[in-house]
Amino acid sequence: MGRVLSFLPTNRLRWLAAYIRRAACCSFAASFLWLGLDGTPVGAENTVRWSSQGDALTMDPHAQNEGQTLTMAHQIHQPLIEHNAALQKEPALAKSWRLIEPTIWEFDLQQGVFFHDGRPFNADDVVFSFDRALAPSSDMKDIISSVASVTAIDEMTVHIHTKAPNPILPDQITNILIMSRSWAEEYGVTLPQDTASGQETYAVRHTNGTGAFILELREPDVRTILVKNRKWWGLSSGHNHNIDRIIYQPVVNSATRVAALLSGELDFVSDTPLQDLRRVETTPGLVVKKVPEVRVIFLGLNTSGPELSSSSLKGRNPFSDLRVRLAMNMAVDSEAITQRIMRGMAAPAGNIVPPGIHGYSKELDERVRFDPDGARRLLAESGYPEGFDLQLDCPNDRYVNDEAICQAVVGMLARVGVRVRLDAKPRTLHFPKLQNNQTDFYMLGWGSATMDAHYHLSFLGLPNAWNRTSYVNDRLSSLINEMAAETNLRRRNAMIAEASGIIRNAHIYIPLHHQMLAWTMKSWLDLPIQADNQPQFRLARIISE
Amino acid sequence: MALMSLIAFLLFNYVGDPVNNMVGQEASFQDRQELRSRLGLDDPFIVQFGRFIGNAVRGDFGISYRMQRPVEELIIQRLPATLELVLVSALLANIMGIPLGIFTAIRRNSWLSRLLLTASLVGVSLPTFVIGIGLIYLFSVSLGWLPSFGRGETVEIGWWTTGILTLAGLKALILPALTLGLFQMTFIQRLVRAEMIEVLESDHIRTARAMGISRTLVNYKYALRSTLLPVITIIGLKLGELIAFSIVTETVFQWPGIGLLFIQAVSFADIPVMAAYLVMVAFVFVFISLVIDVLYYLVDPRLRAVGSGGLS
Repeated sequence: MGRVLSFLPTNRLRWLAAYIRRAACCSFAASFLWLGLDGTPVGAENTVRWSSQGDALTMDPHAQNEGQTLTMAHQIHQPLIEHNAALQKEPALAKSWRLIEPTIWEFDLQQGVFFHDGRPFNADDVVFSFDRALAPSSDMKDIISSVASVTAIDEMTVHIHTKAPNPILPDQITNILIMSRSWAEEYGVTLPQDTASGQETYAVRHTNGTGAFILELREPDVRTILVKNRKWWGLSSGHNHNIDRIIYQPVVNSATRVAALLSGELDFVSDTPLQDLRRVETTPGLVVKKVPEVRVIFLGLNTSGPELSSSSLKGRNPFSDLRVRLAMNMAVDSEAITQRIMRGMAAPAGNIVPPGIHGYSKELDERVRFDPDGARRLLAESGYPEGFDLQLDCPNDRYVNDEAICQAVVGMLARVGVRVRLDAKPRTLHFPKLQNNQTDFYMLGWGSATMDAHYHLSFLGLPNAWNRTSYVNDRLSSLINEMAAETNLRRRNAMIAEASGIIRNAHIYIPLHHQMLAWTMKSWLDLPIQADNQPQFRLARIISE
Repeated sequence: MALMSLIAFLLFNYVGDPVNNMVGQEASFQDRQELRSRLGLDDPFIVQFGRFIGNAVRGDFGISYRMQRPVEELIIQRLPATLELVLVSALLANIMGIPLGIFTAIRRNSWLSRLLLTASLVGVSLPTFVIGIGLIYLFSVSLGWLPSFGRGETVEIGWWTTGILTLAGLKALILPALTLGLFQMTFIQRLVRAEMIEVLESDHIRTARAMGISRTLVNYKYALRSTLLPVITIIGLKLGELIAFSIVTETVFQWPGIGLLFIQAVSFADIPVMAAYLVMVAFVFVFISLVIDVLYYLVDPRLRAVGSGGLS
């Protein structure tokens, strides 16, 4: 090293360089002492450091109907009825409920509940919250579009009036969170923040809920800190969790997020990429929890346009022929996609209703048998012996391995003579194409907000912004509309079965698979995994080692 | 800058639809249309552009679609993180790059020199995100010495937030600064080396050596000065590049600066943020070019002589 340093011009500089070298070595050694990124809970507080790719968009519970936003809001606020870990309905702020007239649901409310700032909870807050969720600037209004009005009968009883009989109202209100009227009036947030407005309202970064956790700090895109609500009414009625603090930090880059989990800087990551699960499983101190997710991935076909706009074949639409649609289904090997691309973390789907939803039927979920030769024969029979060409529109950043799945499908369809051009793009560009009716053949995934089949059937079977199959079947439409108002359970289940059957047998979709969900966490965190990908920390416990 | 704004605005027609990201999936078609017209997204291009320029000259860049906050506020809040990262990595790059360049120029045939040159070749060729992930893997996952993401603890001084006053903040700064600065350091090293070798062969240096002036004085007082002139230009331009292209490093390390803000805006089609960012970057380059011109005037005696009436 001395020879190297001799290039420095003066003795003073050489001495300085040697000094720096010695000091650097010492501080380097000292830095060894600052290990401990492991993060085992020490001291008085049980802390969970949680991360996923996208931050909550706002703290206002009615402003954005979006996954991470609602997940965060559910830790702070509560609805009348909530889901347990198995996604069954449980009393939350409503002790019990019943249908007293065809269009009136009655809810008895919990006594002795207080908001985080000490205000008492009563029926007036429920009325206010539903009115707020139905306001024009609310993003929750569409899910409760069947609600006509909400009235308080007395301090602890509420009636919800629906426009027509609605048997699944209790399923639909699990995401309508209750706020305090007096708090909202005091801080001027009686209406949800308007996405196109010029200001940020107080509710975007401040909250006052009845839930198990209190918002302590909110730095959007950096960190959100929740602390235990020690006076929470649920602690004494079965949800005795022992989590003192939750620190949520979004990490956009998947590789960095997994690295932080492996290094011990994070305790819980809910969206680890598939290819990293094996690595996490074999790391001591970390576990992987898996559950079939309520999300089906499928391809949609434009069945009744006069021709396919992305095809060179003019004057006729191959997808208008049932045999062609069946052939497309026979050409796709969903089992291979599940094993190779999804690495076993999926289940082949035969219909567009995922398991775990009320109305799911295993018989109707039987996939059409993979048979490329049969597909080619069918295509020839229908008048397409040479096949045809068209474009497949796919997102590349929305569903698990979406682009890879589409590439595999392109290869499979080419084997039977259907030549597909793949256009994979970010969801910000893909979904508008869908909604503006600019695609004939597209990939889509659908989860459930209500855990009832009507949600899937209505969005995927009736004409709307997400359904580009243009499939018109009067029997199907009347079934779906009737089941929304049918209160007899047996009749309703029969309607669901018939409607699912019609969609399946018309082959207007190519169902691919139902995704599986994997959560990765430290072994000392006992957080039950939920098929709707919404962790609920009130159900969690930290197990001391 | 006006040209920059125009080009940026033309591009925004192709970034996708922000409205889809701003409402839930159950929202009806009418709701989406209504939101589009209220945001002014259906107006003709000239109207939208005119509105944007009119607001921009007043300092009003609108509200971010994703964060629901004024864009100026967002940028000012996130700017200290990027500037700190850029300054530290530029410092690192220059403090290490220039001496290394001088060394490899003066002792160009030693084995250490050759080793450094090979290493610098690797540094120039590796993409930033590979370097970043590699450093994270080594120092966070395997050794556990440094944090893999975030800024650690920061201290607020007025509107500036700094991480260098806390140990956690310093630890968090090391890997991102190394990642961002590595490319520039190797670049500077090779540039200084090339310039210096050329200068050492030039006439006025040969004359000085022939006159018997000591080697040290020759190398450092005369040669270095000439070498540094073009290097200053490059350093200045690179600084602007660092600010604009800290995007990749910030994404890898979840560094809450304006680069990460821009990337997230692109995914979301958050047009106000993208527009403000591009305008700001254009301004930064313009400003730095100005500073470089001034510095040249101060460093190069020839320019000053010209200014004060020419050679006598």
